[in-house]
Amino acid sequence: MRSIETVMHRNLSGRVARIAAGLLAGLAFVLAPSAYAAEEKAAEGHESHGVDWQGWKAGNQINDTGSLQRGASNFMNYCFGCHSLKYMRYERMAKDLKISEEQLRKNLLPAAAKTTDYILASFPKAEAEAWFGRQPPDLSLITRSKGSDYVFQFLKGFYVDESKSTKTDNLALPGAAMPAVLSDLEGVKRVVFGHGESAHGGKNVERFEEVQAGALTPAQYDGFVRDTVNFLQYVGEPSQVDRVSIGIWAILFLMVFTGFAWMLKKEYWKDVH
Amino acid sequence: MAGNDNTPARPGFRGWLNKRLPVDAFLKGHLTEYYAPKNFNFWYFFGSLALLVLVMQLLTGIFLTMHYKVGELTAFDSVEYIMREVPYGWLLRYLHSTGASAFFIVVYLHMFRAFLYGSYKQPRELLWLFGMVIYLALMAEAFMGYVLPWGNMSFWGAQVIVNLFGTIPVIGPGLVEWIRGDYGIADATLNRFFSLHVVAVPLVLLLLVTLHLVALHEVGSNNPDGVEIKGKKGADGKPLDGIPFHPYYTLKDIVGVGVFLMLFCVVVFFVPTFGGIFLEHANFELANPMSTPEHIAPVWYFTPFYAILRAIPDQQLGALAMALSLVCLVLVPWLDRSPVKSTRYRGWIWKTALALFVVAFIGLGYIGLKAPSPLFTLMGRVFSVVYFAFFVLMPWYTKIDPVKPVPERVTHEKH
Repeated sequence: MRSIETVMHRNLSGRVARIAAGLLAGLAFVLAPSAYAAEEKAAEGHESHGVDWQGWKAGNQINDTGSLQRGASNFMNYCFGCHSLKYMRYERMAKDLKISEEQLRKNLLPAAAKTTDYILASFPKAEAEAWFGRQPPDLSLITRSKGSDYVFQFLKGFYVDESKSTKTDNLALPGAAMPAVLSDLEGVKRVVFGHGESAHGGKNVERFEEVQAGALTPAQYDGFVRDTVNFLQYVGEPSQVDRVSIGIWAILFLMVFTGFAWMLKKEYWKDVH
Repeated sequence: MAGNDNTPARPGFRGWLNKRLPVDAFLKGHLTEYYAPKNFNFWYFFGSLALLVLVMQLLTGIFLTMHYKVGELTAFDSVEYIMREVPYGWLLRYLHSTGASAFFIVVYLHMFRAFLYGSYKQPRELLWLFGMVIYLALMAEAFMGYVLPWGNMSFWGAQVIVNLFGTIPVIGPGLVEWIRGDYGIADATLNRFFSLHVVAVPLVLLLLVTLHLVALHEVGSNNPDGVEIKGKKGADGKPLDGIPFHPYYTLKDIVGVGVFLMLFCVVVFFVPTFGGIFLEHANFELANPMSTPEHIAPVWYFTPFYAILRAIPDQQLGALAMALSLVCLVLVPWLDRSPVKSTRYRGWIWKTALALFVVAFIGLGYIGLKAPSPLFTLMGRVFSVVYFAFFVLMPWYTKIDPVKPVPERVTHEKH
């Protein structure tokens, strides 16, 4: 019991604020699709010294189909070599993301796969163990267990560390077995660490230093990561867009129902003195 | 159809039926001629809402069971299958998971109502006892249900809670093994929790809810004034301050149902995990005996008791305190010595005590959600003392509390 309790601490007031913001964001979903990011905004607002990398927000919008399509393409081109989405079928993904079967076959579907297959990487297990010391994790639920912001911070968190076997380390996941596979796009950066810990209890980053520029500008790379995270968030719960749109009708129905129920009650209760 | 030798009391099918089954008598006794006080307020919605949630949990549970595959190799995957490939499976699952939390919210408010208006006092002690056993059964039901998705928090939550039984002297270690069916939380544990969650405990709950309602209808409902309406009957033998449950309270409760479902649907459709409180983040990872989640906390509805457990440095004494905190609740009808039922006519001492208790209970619930820190440990201890003091000192302070005169009849303003 003791060992279980001596554990890291999570900011509960932040969590409560998120819930409140989440409730509002849910309701605001129809009124203004862009308001969905309100949840992220509400959680911000803390002081930072140096680079507040733990304050980086994915800022993705789950109902932005273009972004999801780009994210799917990013995933299939850069992540799928090692990572599976074992609960997701190509067919379902194409349908939800408004990708035609022709586009799916031409751009996303591996040669040997059928459209009804699950998105399983063909990376051999034994080689994965030999190269990385572990299996690359399935990413179907990564945004649900760790959060979209975490994945965003992870994909932007690689820095040079010659002491590691991969020659890089990661701010969000120290000791990550994964090499910086996106460095061609992002570029290579070094971290100058400050003293102590950051406001969130992680590594205190004073500044980044560019070692080598990437093919994308920082803004473009952020967009690339945002789309990819957006896609992974979709994969975490494919019905989430439907869920919100059905929810609005359910609540409208209940408002009408409750209105009539109240009038009926009032009518009957007239004779209670 | 009524071709019997005896002429039925009513003609037609209804008469035929009633000769064989007391349908009309039952409906009269429990609905159309069951007289409830006319002055019920907001706090009286939660009984019928608890029944609604129970039915909803049973129905969604039946459909979830059609797709869920028990077993340590299949459970987690089958839950994701429900979330993704079963048509509206996500809705069934969120209704069920949100329903579990809603059940406790409704039940806690229902219990608070009993404190507010003295609904556990004579002659309703047995009604309270049935309610308490329902509450305990509900805790068991919710705990075992939380294990079924076989996420990492399911696993470690089960580990922590089952190990509590290990603190019982002498029989503890053997008991824990008997509960688990293995030397650790494993496939055998999951299987038996499934059996208990979908068959045994729901049956017990249904029986207890029936007993709770029969006991309620035998003594009649209390009300915000704590006045027994059976004491003032009209010439026709009906309570002067009573109104038939149907149609008056059935219609009123439907309004309550509508408002409740609106709030419920906001959670189900817009924030189903409730920021990791109703469905915890770590539970989206498969159960892993090799990897402890960074912070193990039971689901929110257990956290007040979990905080009491942690407030005491010794684990065995902590578990004992936790058990006693539930025993205290059960004993309330005999601890409360006030001649007055309703808080409306009680004095400042009772009102202060009840307010402090509510603060302590919510405070403990909050602390139980958080990782331990020196400040929280101190607060947990203070709140635990307040929690127990509320019960232990109750026989004394309810006696010296300056009460006000209770009216003869209920107070009621026409709406």
